[in-house]
Amino acid sequence: MSALDIEALTVALPPGADRPHALRGVSLRLDAGEILCVVGESGSGKSVMAMAAMRLLAPGLRVEAGRVLLAGTDLLALSEEEMRRVRGRRVAMVFQEPMTALNPLMTVGDQLAEMWRAHTDLPAAEVRARSVEALREVALPDPEGALRAFPHELSGGQRQRAMIAMALALEPEVLICDEPTTALDVTTQAQVLALIRDLQRRRGTAVLFITHDFGVVAEIADRVAVMQHGLLVEEGPVSRVLEAPAHEYTRRLLAAVPPLRAPAVRRAEAGGAALEVRGLTKVYGAAGLFRRRRATRALDGVSVTLKRGATLGVVGESGSGKSTLARCVVGLLAPDGGEILVDGAPLPRARAEAAKLVQMVFQDPYASLNPRRRAGEQVAQGPVAAGVPRADAAARARELFELVGLDPAAVSRFPHEFSGGQRQRIGIARALAMRPKVLVADEPVSALDVSVQAQVLELLRDLRARLGLSTLFITHDLRVAAQVCDEVAVMKDGAVVEAGPVASVFADPRHGYTRSLLAAVPGREAPGLGGGRPAPMLSPAGE
Amino acid sequence: MRVLPLALRRLAASIPTLLLILAGLFLLLQLAPGDTVDALMGQMGGGDAALAAELRRYYGLDLPVMARLGDYLWRLVRLDLGFSAIYGKPVATVILERLPATLLLMTASLSFAFAAGMGLGVLAARRVNRWPDTLISTLGLVFYATPSFWFGLMAIVVFSVHLQWLPAGGFGDVAMGYEGWEAALDIAWHLVLPTLTLGLIFLAIYLRIMRASMLEVLSLDFVRTARAKGLTETRVVARHVLRNALLPMVTLIGLQAGTMLGGSVVVESVFALPGLGRLAYESVVQRDLNTLLGIVFVSALLVIAVNFLVDLLYARLDPRILSGR
Amino acid sequence: MNPWRLYLRSPTAVLGALLVLAVAAMGLLAPLLYPDDPLGLAGRPLQWPGDNPRFPLGTDPSGRDIAAQIFHGARVSLLIGFAATLIAVAIGIAVGALAGFYGGAADTALMRVTEAFQTLPNFLLLLLLVAVFGSDLRTITVGIGLVSWPPVARLTRAEFLTLRTREFVQAARLQGLGDAHLILREVLPNALPPVLVYASVVMAVSILLESALSFLQLSDPNVPSWGNLIGLGRNVLRTEWYVSAIPGVAILLTILGVSLVGQGLNDALNPRLAGR
Repeated sequence: MSALDIEALTVALPPGADRPHALRGVSLRLDAGEILCVVGESGSGKSVMAMAAMRLLAPGLRVEAGRVLLAGTDLLALSEEEMRRVRGRRVAMVFQEPMTALNPLMTVGDQLAEMWRAHTDLPAAEVRARSVEALREVALPDPEGALRAFPHELSGGQRQRAMIAMALALEPEVLICDEPTTALDVTTQAQVLALIRDLQRRRGTAVLFITHDFGVVAEIADRVAVMQHGLLVEEGPVSRVLEAPAHEYTRRLLAAVPPLRAPAVRRAEAGGAALEVRGLTKVYGAAGLFRRRRATRALDGVSVTLKRGATLGVVGESGSGKSTLARCVVGLLAPDGGEILVDGAPLPRARAEAAKLVQMVFQDPYASLNPRRRAGEQVAQGPVAAGVPRADAAARARELFELVGLDPAAVSRFPHEFSGGQRQRIGIARALAMRPKVLVADEPVSALDVSVQAQVLELLRDLRARLGLSTLFITHDLRVAAQVCDEVAVMKDGAVVEAGPVASVFADPRHGYTRSLLAAVPGREAPGLGGGRPAPMLSPAGE
Repeated sequence: MRVLPLALRRLAASIPTLLLILAGLFLLLQLAPGDTVDALMGQMGGGDAALAAELRRYYGLDLPVMARLGDYLWRLVRLDLGFSAIYGKPVATVILERLPATLLLMTASLSFAFAAGMGLGVLAARRVNRWPDTLISTLGLVFYATPSFWFGLMAIVVFSVHLQWLPAGGFGDVAMGYEGWEAALDIAWHLVLPTLTLGLIFLAIYLRIMRASMLEVLSLDFVRTARAKGLTETRVVARHVLRNALLPMVTLIGLQAGTMLGGSVVVESVFALPGLGRLAYESVVQRDLNTLLGIVFVSALLVIAVNFLVDLLYARLDPRILSGR
Repeated sequence: MNPWRLYLRSPTAVLGALLVLAVAAMGLLAPLLYPDDPLGLAGRPLQWPGDNPRFPLGTDPSGRDIAAQIFHGARVSLLIGFAATLIAVAIGIAVGALAGFYGGAADTALMRVTEAFQTLPNFLLLLLLVAVFGSDLRTITVGIGLVSWPPVARLTRAEFLTLRTREFVQAARLQGLGDAHLILREVLPNALPPVLVYASVVMAVSILLESALSFLQLSDPNVPSWGNLIGLGRNVLRTEWYVSAIPGVAILLTILGVSLVGQGLNDALNPRLAGR
């Protein structure tokens, strides 16, 4: 029996958007007791479908045709008040951002209790008892304390557990999860996925699970639906879609997956160290005059070596100190102790001198270019400041545009005229313009859709081969690390716990943390993901 | 109760600000042509240079600037604001006599502006881009553009002269000899027009901020969560949106306490209210710099006190403040 | 879309621009239309508007032409408003930019000064300045500028604080560019739009401050001013209320125009937030 039936749903975008429809004639059946994953890149319409089913579409979006049947009743035909009684009680929802999805000014307990207050007239004591029980169900430690806590007092994973408790409070028939683990670290993600799977099994809830990550699909789905540009392109059992994708688009997505296993042999390096970091220490938040904060050691005696012409990956979860390390290496942050040696000499304090030695490629393609200045100028301004004549610098900028695969004529365009992937290429050109000894790339592809990500990774590999770049590559994504790095350093709580050639570290992790990190990568053991290859990441976090 | 230490810390942080203000005022005074002695001599109808020098020594005006600054600060710490030659009393006494009227007027205007601004702002945000919103937003613009003294005068013409509903000025009818509740009611009656006049521009500001803040909060993720939980729209607004939307409004009270005190100068003059603002005006006209400086000092203290209360209120509204985010 | 086109698409923004232009035209035409001293005796005092075709807006208690004073007053209002705004915005941007860009001790020191100014009621401070330095036009303009900059500084500082950590600013820093380049070419152009919008608020407040000062007869007595005229009308308010009413309407329309221009600029420069 089907729990939710979406029939020929068409949702119109506001006039002036890049296409007329967010969804075009999408039909999808969610059976009772199954988990159906809807996969797609950004702009595929997968979230719009969920919001249309809840009748909570953003202003401007409008259902043009179709039906959404919940156990035979068309939700789109209900009155507003009837629909309100369906929400939360029969169809519940978990959202992506645990940071912003809860009201910051209300305790978790009050927000949870609202579920019963809105839909039942249970006495307060009973509501409280059930709240505690609901939090216990989602395995929150100290449920009584969590009830009194405000959202900011919980961690991201705990908040997401509270959201799940809230959504499942009234035992709904259908649970819609919109990228519920995208904002979480990989180990937390694994735990939350296991929780959802477990609760779903025990209660027989039908789950519509929206994600961009094929790894997550492999972990949790019974069936998969693939969406592209508002159309449903493929649907079927998870094993069949992953092993034998029928649609060209699905095949392309799966092919863009970086495999977790690194190529066993990569050229052995000789020629000394381009970058040496020795005993680097950085402490944040030392006591001030008026506010006393606990000091955190973001870096605690970190030592890594980047060989000339090689790529060293620094992997870790949020808070591991990997970004702090990157910022110290380029000189944006002053370390509290330790040494940074570029080509054997300490990194100079003078900005103009350091610029010739280290350069950085940033994470966010939208924040890393000045929106009010031409792309070419931003590439050329560094050499100009270093004394290169303006005309030469401009000519060099055009060459670099060509090198990174952009039209040289595009130097006179403004950043908003480029796509995310193209902006990332401009960022690379800007860094290369200084002819640095060391390139630091801080999560350079984690904000990109999977197909674009594959192209940028390809470019970085190509540049390394052609220019002999030495790169410090920061990433949270082990699949990406496996693809571009020669060596890898695993960081946790400000320290390197394990380092070595990427192939051997990933194949035979020594440290317990590395093992748990690898084990948490979703879909790593999924059968048939392109001949044992792990699953792809489809669209950026925060879509 | 972790709110109080936080607020006290903020209060302590305003001490350097206050010192800066006082030093600034003192320097300003040094730049003023003529000093206390010149003013005194003017009062006495002139005198010779020897007397002036004698008086300067008596008042310590012959000491170096830094010594006088120290002396000035030390006197202020003891709340000794000097002597008003015009009123023939200590400045502190004159100011204390005038303080109640201003405090009453400010409290009334602030309450009126805040309550009405909040109500209208919520109404406008709930009907965004429809006629109630257009009407309220237009009213807000017009109120904002209306000079308060002019509004006060026109209100006197309409409500006091033509309709004869409300008194045109004063702080109560002394001639009627009211006592107790009747006196209070009489004062309230006299404060209706001044309150509206002073509050008008703040009403306009509050309603605009409240509307924008409501629209901002309505677009946040947790409001979507609240709707997905099946709460009624009224409950979503009352329990989730309102409190979050109030935060910028509360901040604004603190930021505008000074502006409001400034506005009371004009309004108290229009309605002949015996308050601090009118005193400030009179002391400018009468060149009574001692009193004027005293008023500025007391106003700064008042503004700091208001900000202290605002900090307390904000910390109660937003639990994130206490944990330092 | 082009900000100009966006601006011109909004009827209220165009109305605001027309109001401001009309006031500016009045100021510019004043010496041509009313070449005589607007503060000189023109006719019988207290003639109602319409009584005498020579004085379409009537005469004040001293027998001076109200229309002439309104035209000449437009000049003073806009001039003081504009000059004071320039002063306030210049100080505010300088203080806010330095505090926000450098942070640390410079920020603390500059913000203490800003707080000090904001703790003092601006109108009282203005009164004090007038009491100490006298009330000629230049003192008043500088005085209004001096009491109006703190909000500009706070706004600029807030913008700089968020922008200076943006990746494109860090990228320029890594390219070896100096602080002057970072502040002027990278951060400031991105921080400017909200500050420009806020300048309209500063201008409205400046005009209000000047008119309040002249209403209390504390402004330059030798310059025709709308607030001054309203103050003169107080004595005859019960009977000849038009003397106060007319200049008040002029102030109202001017500030309305300035506010509408500000709103239009806001919608044009920050299109995402339009309608807020």
